[in-house]
Amino acid sequence: MSSIFKSLVTARGRRHIRAFCGAVLVTTLALTACSKSDEPAVKGAPPRLRLITSQQYINTLVHVFGSSLDLDMKFPPMRRTDGLLENGATVAGVTATQLEQFQRAAASVANQVVNESHRNYLLPCKPKDEKAADEACATQFLTKVGPLLMRRPITPAETKLYVSQAGEAAGKVNDFYAGLGMALEGMLISPDVLFIAEKGEPDPEHPGKYRLDKYSLAQRLSFFLWNSGPDAEVLKAAESGDIQTPKGREKVVAMMIASPRLEDGMRAFFDDMFAFDDFDSLSKDPTVYPFFTGVTVTDAREQTLRTVIDQLIVKKKDYRDLYTTRETFLSPALAALYNLPSSPGWQPYEFPADSPRQGMLTQISFLAVHAHPGRSSPTRRGKALRELLLCQNVPNPPPNVDFSALENPDAHYKTQRERVGVHLKNATCAGCHKIMDPMGLALENFDGAGRFRATENGATIDTSGNLDGKQFANVQGLAQVLHDSPTLPSCLVSRLYSYGAGGVPPPVDRPLLTYLNKSFSAEGYRIPDLLQTIALSNAFSQVTRVQPNTEPLPEDEAPKKSQQVTLNQP
Amino acid sequence: MSKLTRRRVLRGMVGGVAVTVGLPILDSFLNNNGTAWADGTAMPVRFGTWGWGLGMNKGIFVPAKLGAGYDLPEEIAMLAPVKDHMNLITNTQAFRDNYQNLCHYTGWVISRTGSAPKDNKDIPNETIDVTIANQIGRSTRFKSLTATATGDVRSTFSYDNVNTPNPPEWSPMQFYTRLFGPEFPDPNAPTFTPDPHVIARRSVLTGVMDQTKGLMKQVSATDRARLDQYFTGLRHLELQFDQRLEKPKPIASCHRPPAIEKDPAMGLDAESVALRHRMMTDLLVMAVACDQTRVFNMAYSNASASTIKPGFEKPHHTDTHEEPVDQKLGYQPNASWFTRRAMESWGYFVEAFTKVKEGDGTLLDNVMIIGTTDHGYARVHSLDGMPQFTAGKAGGKLKTGLHVDANNTPGTRLGYTALRIMGVDTPSWGVNSNNTSKELTEILA
Repeated sequence: MSSIFKSLVTARGRRHIRAFCGAVLVTTLALTACSKSDEPAVKGAPPRLRLITSQQYINTLVHVFGSSLDLDMKFPPMRRTDGLLENGATVAGVTATQLEQFQRAAASVANQVVNESHRNYLLPCKPKDEKAADEACATQFLTKVGPLLMRRPITPAETKLYVSQAGEAAGKVNDFYAGLGMALEGMLISPDVLFIAEKGEPDPEHPGKYRLDKYSLAQRLSFFLWNSGPDAEVLKAAESGDIQTPKGREKVVAMMIASPRLEDGMRAFFDDMFAFDDFDSLSKDPTVYPFFTGVTVTDAREQTLRTVIDQLIVKKKDYRDLYTTRETFLSPALAALYNLPSSPGWQPYEFPADSPRQGMLTQISFLAVHAHPGRSSPTRRGKALRELLLCQNVPNPPPNVDFSALENPDAHYKTQRERVGVHLKNATCAGCHKIMDPMGLALENFDGAGRFRATENGATIDTSGNLDGKQFANVQGLAQVLHDSPTLPSCLVSRLYSYGAGGVPPPVDRPLLTYLNKSFSAEGYRIPDLLQTIALSNAFSQVTRVQPNTEPLPEDEAPKKSQQVTLNQP
Repeated sequence: MSKLTRRRVLRGMVGGVAVTVGLPILDSFLNNNGTAWADGTAMPVRFGTWGWGLGMNKGIFVPAKLGAGYDLPEEIAMLAPVKDHMNLITNTQAFRDNYQNLCHYTGWVISRTGSAPKDNKDIPNETIDVTIANQIGRSTRFKSLTATATGDVRSTFSYDNVNTPNPPEWSPMQFYTRLFGPEFPDPNAPTFTPDPHVIARRSVLTGVMDQTKGLMKQVSATDRARLDQYFTGLRHLELQFDQRLEKPKPIASCHRPPAIEKDPAMGLDAESVALRHRMMTDLLVMAVACDQTRVFNMAYSNASASTIKPGFEKPHHTDTHEEPVDQKLGYQPNASWFTRRAMESWGYFVEAFTKVKEGDGTLLDNVMIIGTTDHGYARVHSLDGMPQFTAGKAGGKLKTGLHVDANNTPGTRLGYTALRIMGVDTPSWGVNSNNTSKELTEILA
């Protein structure tokens, strides 16, 4: 194999090959390289129907209408499925209560867009008469925002419908803006906005297989990378069909990864992967940790997300270094917990080389969330490390546990190590606790709020432990063993792929993850490169055929018990 | 026009112009005193659930005496003011059948769905409140209302299906706005003018429903079911608009409560939970009194309750496992402290319904509430000896003031009894060993 060819078949080179193969110029070398592409063929999954999340809804609205709207809305979280809330979006239903919440949010947004403070710069036109319908201006507005909200072109029939709704409503209330707002409200609760629906089509490049249609691909990419709908440029690439050509898709993906919106996307992904929704209900016992306030909770979450974005996206560092880095950011509220002098606002900070604070595990976010309200918990921390960072399942505790040793009223356990040591003496408990406690104990220098402590009840804390047979003496050792564990990056790959594709690949498609793992390793565990590899993979856009359902549509009228009464309207 | 329907009628209403139209009746038409429906029939019977975690301590919870005039051991001594308004059913059992006993999960899932879950993500059927809401909740402004005292949007015992929990109201302030904010159709308002904005918004909603049908044709059968659920939600929104276009009949017992301007601080210390529980309860009770809903759920805690005793390092769940049994007392004193706090809130919940006068009696007379938990004795995750409560007379269909020993029969008998009382015509309820067709006859009037 020539050296040129060797360079082409490296992971990074493969992307160029794909682009190359898509170009008109076809050479023997390129054909050989394409056929040797080691991305395995996959069976694929059906097109998804995802329910939009609060943050996706908000991000989309901010991108369409700007950040001046009050978007204080929070929809119920999805059910965590295969490690991610986002995977739950592909199966989540909508109850009447939830739809009511969507509608309240939609009404609030629509009212703000057309109110006197916003209409002059959010609407592209002014009506001839503010007290009457104006078809031209309504058309101009709705055809502008419609595609951005629905993530595809608005059809002439839809335009006609929304414009007529705006007109009829304006006529009813003698107010153009109110009418337009009502049409917008309808659009914002329509299934085209609330459900991220994908469609498949026969793949001309792979006869017999199906791929996402161009707009479905655009939105899958967009929610993957930006946690928001596609912008005008991405929609344009979809409309022209470029997004389905190797070169065009590569261009779109490169643009999206270079966009500042990538930060929104990656914040959402890591917030999900690290189960930071737990912060929404986190509180500590105020008598034990009086300094742990609502501000601490908000800032602890933000600290880790800032560190993630800075390390992995801005500085493009090795993902594994997130668990050993001493670089982070501090706010005044957090500085107090870290026992450091505070400066106003968020400031970058690097812990000294001999500090026990190394990597994400030693940040308040991990330490405080995975602890009890009034004390630390080696078991919870070990469990979180296994489940969130290594994608392993820790079995549920058995119902028939013998707690007698732990409950012995004469026992006096000074340290958590002594306390959880009881687990390991009991065969029923030991099976699971030995895979959680030893790594959790390495974090015992940090109390339930994440503050450093050298002793517990007067006894010096022993932070030695092991992870999958690798021994370590302290938390720095744990960080390094975790950093070097091959399961750490493979877990990230699995989570990131399923986050983007809407679910874990079916078992038959496991070779895909092997391929992505190799690629991630070859690219130095850089997240932007992994995003690109996933976004450009055939698997990402391939789907299986859906048998159209033949269920009859709902009747026009729900059956209602009927009795004629007279209602006198004023 | 071959059939006069609400939608056809409302489509024809324009701009608040004076019109006389025929409308299907809405069930919220009450007589002037709020004591009965306009046609003289009895007030509706409403259904509610109340959930708490981690069972109880048998020796200080289960009364020695059965039937009326039962004693109140120390763990439930605080229920004296409501004792005659409720029933206590002890010694019920949940059957896990071929599945594992999933700690703090199997028990409550069986109580609410009648079926044992196969794993701790499984919700085998819709919960009983959903079944009953489908029966009696379709005509009110809210099909059901669900709230929690934990401040956590994930604390719920109500599920449409495994993927669709009914998210609870967790913020008293937001709950107030939803119930009694600007869209509250105050039945006692002196004047009523149909809002043309509502007419217009309703018309837009019809367009959304038509669009949904378009999407329904394109998706798989599984996703179609999700869109059907969404479509049902749209229909309920439509109903809400309809109701805002009609003058509600006065309800004497309905009063818009004072606005809640600020939420209590987040936190799971028992005092904060109790405060949040009181605020949510007061709102729920008035929502029921104002006939905004006929089905309601309250979660005092999760099954694995994380309630905190200030200054004590172990939250409730951890404590049930790690606290030694006091040899003198015969129980875990701190675990019992937590259970007593839960029981105080149950007492508050029941009493709150007695404070609203309805007809010749109180709101509680026309309500049936069931109270369930996850285990009998949480320390060992037992699925036998599980306690249950009912409260209210269900419009005269239930007796109260009784202690019933269920003698290890399925706890699903309570659910079956509730279904029958609420008019769900089913020969039995529950799956496999939890299936029953035997009501709790002891409490039937």
